[in-house]
Order: sequence, then C-alpha cells, then structure tokens
Amino acid sequence: MSANAGLDPAAPPEPPVPTQKPIKTTGLHVGEAEPGCRKVDPILVVDKVRRTFGGLTAVDVDHVEVPRGAITALIGPNGAGKTTLFNLLTGFDKPDDGTWTFNGRSLAGMPAYRVARMGQIRTFQLTKALGLLTVMDNMLLGAKGQTGENMFRALLPFLWRHQEEENRAKALDLLTRFKLDSKKDDYAASLSGGQRKLLEMARALMSDPTLVMLDEPMAGVNPALTQSLLDHILNLKSQGMTVLFVEHDMHMVRHIADWVIVMAEGKVVAEGDPHEVMKNPAVIDAYLGQHHDEDIGEDSDAETEHVFAIKELLDGER
Amino acid sequence: MDWGAIFNNAAVELISPTTAAYALAALGLAVHFGYTGLLNFGQAGFMALGAYGYAISILTFGFPVWGAFLVGIGASIVFALILGIPTLRLRADYLAIVTIAAAEIVRLLFTTNTFASVTGSANGLSGYKTEFAALNPLAEGSYGFGPFENNAYDTWLRIVAWSIVILAALFVWQVMRSPWGRVIKGIREDEDAVRALGKNVYAYKMQSLILGGVFGTIAGMIFALPRAVVPSNYQTTLTFFIYAILLLGGAATVLGPIIGSMIFWVLLSFFSGFISRAVEAGWLPFMTTIQGGQLRFILVGVAIMLIVIFRPQGVFGNKKELAFVR
Repeated sequence: MSANAGLDPAAPPEPPVPTQKPIKTTGLHVGEAEPGCRKVDPILVVDKVRRTFGGLTAVDVDHVEVPRGAITALIGPNGAGKTTLFNLLTGFDKPDDGTWTFNGRSLAGMPAYRVARMGQIRTFQLTKALGLLTVMDNMLLGAKGQTGENMFRALLPFLWRHQEEENRAKALDLLTRFKLDSKKDDYAASLSGGQRKLLEMARALMSDPTLVMLDEPMAGVNPALTQSLLDHILNLKSQGMTVLFVEHDMHMVRHIADWVIVMAEGKVVAEGDPHEVMKNPAVIDAYLGQHHDEDIGEDSDAETEHVFAIKELLDGER
Repeated sequence: MDWGAIFNNAAVELISPTTAAYALAALGLAVHFGYTGLLNFGQAGFMALGAYGYAISILTFGFPVWGAFLVGIGASIVFALILGIPTLRLRADYLAIVTIAAAEIVRLLFTTNTFASVTGSANGLSGYKTEFAALNPLAEGSYGFGPFENNAYDTWLRIVAWSIVILAALFVWQVMRSPWGRVIKGIREDEDAVRALGKNVYAYKMQSLILGGVFGTIAGMIFALPRAVVPSNYQTTLTFFIYAILLLGGAATVLGPIIGSMIFWVLLSFFSGFISRAVEAGWLPFMTTIQGGQLRFILVGVAIMLIVIFRPQGVFGNKKELAFVR
C-alpha cells in the first residue's frame, strides 16, 4: 500500500519537483564550458567514438568527459544518438572505432557484463523487470560476487546461505527505501510501470555501483511517482555515486542536473550548467532547426511545435 | 473385452524404463525451455548420442559400462558446445532452427551406410546388454507384484533408471532454488537485464544447454537398454513427444516432466490396448488393426490438447504465472 501512497486520485496535481532542495555541485569544469571541455575529476572519458548504421552516423562523439560525484544529464532531440551512446558505453553495442575509459580503465571491446561488474550499471528506457521472478529475486539478482551463482557450488547451500541472508537484508533495506517492501513476494510483472522503474533502479543499487546510467528514468511515469524518483536520484549523489541520465523532461533536467551535455545528430553540440546551456544558440538550433527564426511559410503544425519547445526552454529562465 | 489386461498393460508403463527415459529427457528440456528459455528442438539428437555412444563404446571398443556411459556424456557435451557456441549469442529462435537440423544430421549420420560397420546403419545395433546385466546384484527370480512383477534383469534396469531420474530431479530442484537458478530464470525473462547486472549470460546459457543435454543423453542410454538402438527411433517426433510431456506436466517444474511422462505412457498404452481390442471385437468396423495402431496417437493428442486447453500451466505449473504471459 505504501508504494501507492502518492497515487491518491484526490490529491491535487503537483509539479514534478523533488521534495528536497537539490544541492547543486559547481566548479566541475576547467576553462570555458564548451563541447568536450575538460573536467576537474572525470569518471568517464570518451574519445572519438563513432557508430554508423549503414549510411547513417548515429554517434560521432569527438571528446566528452563526465564529472565524478555529480548528476549529469544527456539531452538532445529525438534521434540525437543518446541511447546509442549509452549502449556503446555499456558494452551493449560495438562502435566502429573509438576509445573510452571508466575510472581510468579502458572499456573498449569489453562485454556488457564485465562493464557492469566494474561498477558502471545501467537501466533501460523500456524497463526490464524480470516479470516471472518475485520482486525480491529481482533484487537479489543485482548483488555482485555471489558464491551460489556457480552451478556446482549451488548444490551445496551451506556455502552460500550466509551470503544470501546478507544480500536479502540489504535488498529489504533498499526495497523499504523505494517503498516496494510490501511487494517483495509478488511477481515483478504485477507492478505498475512506475514501480518497475523504481525496482530497476533499486536493483541496480544492489551492486554498489560507482556510476549509475539511467536511460529516460521518467518515461511513462506519472507525476506523483516522478517526484519520488527525483528524490532517489538526488540520494544517489548524496551517497557518493555519479549519475548520468538521458531525459526529455526539461523541468527535471533543470532541477536536478549539475551538468548538461547536449547531443544533436550524433555529436556533442553544447555542454554546461543547466541554466546557461539552455541559452546556448547551438542548443536552440539543435531543438528547433537552424532556420527557426526565418519565415518558411505554410507548415503551421511544425510552427506550433516550435512555440511549445521554445516555451519549454525559456520556462526555467524566468 | 478384457479390461483387466488393458489396465494391467497400462499400469506396466507407469514404471517402465521407457517412461523413465522420457521423464529424464523431459527434465532436460525443462532445464532448457522451462527454466532458461532455450528452444531446444534437438533433444532426440542428444538421446541418439547417448544410445549410440553407449552401444558403440561397448560393441566396437569393448569399454566397461562406466566407460561407455562417460563416452556418451562426453559426446553430448561436445554436441552442446557445437550447437551453443555459434547460436547462444543470437536470439532464441536461431537455436531452435540449429538444434532441429543438428539432431537430424546426427540421426542421418547414424543411418548412412558409410559407417555401417560401426553403427549398423538402418538396422541399428543390439547385443550390448550383457555388460549391464553382469552388474546386476539381484539373484535370478522375479520381483515385485501384479503388473509390476519383473525378472531380475528388468527389475535391475528399473531400479537403475528410476534412481537416475530421482537423482536428476533432486539436482534440478536444488540448483533451481539456488542463486544459479535465479540467474537462469532471469535469463528466461530478459537476458539483457541480467547482462546489465554483471552476469555472463552466454556462459550460463551454455551451462544450461550442457546440463539439459546430458540429461537427454543419459535418457537415451536408459531408452536403449530394454531394446535395440535403431536410428528411426530418434526422429524429430521423439522431440515433440518429449515437448508434449513437458507441457503436460508443467514446463518450469521438477515433478512435471516425471508425472507427465507417466501420464503420457499410461494413456498411450491404455488407448493402444483399448483400440486393438475394440477393433477385434468389431466395435470399429471401418478400421483395421494397423489403422488402430495409429489412432492411439490421435487420442493421446486429443487428451493432451484437452489438458493444455483446460489446464494450460500443466499438471504442476503455477497458475499465477499464466496471468502475466505476454
């Protein structure tokens, strides 16, 4: 029940803002805030990563650094290559060429499971809750270095029972924080879309990651649950984790991100503080097209969309 | 109509070695399909490797029983590696196509005349039972009661066959409630999610393929011991009978394949006895006894259809799971 507390239909609609006042981390970069600028303490450094699908260049990132201990947002219009970049960095896809390092160690060519073991854990745009496993089993699956995950040691429960109990306690603690503890024995398939997002995030935390990569954590989540998700993301930072997330919701980006990286057509076109970066002409070009201020006549549908997008961008500056 | 004989013959199948063999092969498929989500349509190939591996080792190379047993298992591990290395990185349906083709290749290799001196070609192999019978600790005589009364060799075979089935079932039960089983079931649900949590999905799928394949291989040996090894026994239909048993009992269960196999064989024997006597008694005037022999498969098919329609999770399956089938 507690998990649904925020879903009371009688409650007045609230804007999706975190309940706590986010403490912004500043002074992350060295020199001008321009695409590919150096960071004081980068955790992830990407160099010349390129991925083409036939004739289409989906990702062509020359150089970008993700600051440690901060929340970084990766934004950009649809088709900018954000999710493809995520897949490349986490080993779910192979680039045509390029190198990238995590905590100083090269990840190029490393399979996804080893990337995850190094502490760089991701979630998916379309949630991947393991439906016919219980919520608790979903959580336990996230724990690292389990003795009982070897087929032969699995036969001897006394070898892994103690570790299993520890993981179970840790999972229960996380589930309580995410308000899913009352659901622990239900199939994950019985959770709502938002609860699955929460479960996926909680599951990722079971492995004590250093970098959490969230692919559109807010997609398909109702506003009431958005609020608690925002709080959880801010908590990750206060616990010392680094967060990199893809998001379309500009409100959320402005509220919680310490740094914003803007992609368009596969390239990083702008970087900076969330409030500054929105004023960057390259960002407005990316979202609205280069000729947004010229009258090109008829296309009234596109015109309305442009107005909407401009309002979105300028909203936060008021 | 001799109902007593019909029921007696049906009861014999309850603990026959063939039932044990099908139960074990279905347990292997439960590991593949029910728990891991691997679509293995080549279980007949694994069984053929077990039967031929055992028979050829004894007849051609004069190996002892345990040596022949290990040869069969070794052959199935190699077979699983050959199947798995190229296909387990791909989507599940590719494994289905490759396994069904590979099982046919295995059967045709055993059928071809080129290797007739070793495989006996289409006539198959026989005369490999003495080594197994020599291990029999039971004295001559008959054991059991009623329909379950057998001579010393048949009793020995039943004891060994069902002991192996029970050990295999305990193995699967224990391993599936461990963290290893949790990873395996996670892979069935969504392998990318499991990969993102730092598990080597490819290695787990390979272990599952080998484990279920080895069960199929041992099942092939048990299947061969009461009869001769004939290549036509290992056609694709064998795989589909085993799938029928698995779905009948419940795909992701331990007891399901075993009870499913018992139900399948008792029904098959009952219908076969009933139809042949009904034809003799003139109840089915439009039918010859040969046609009657085929009708039993139709009736078993109908019985299985009814179970799948009215109890789709199988006898032991969890009804709750079906509520969320995508």
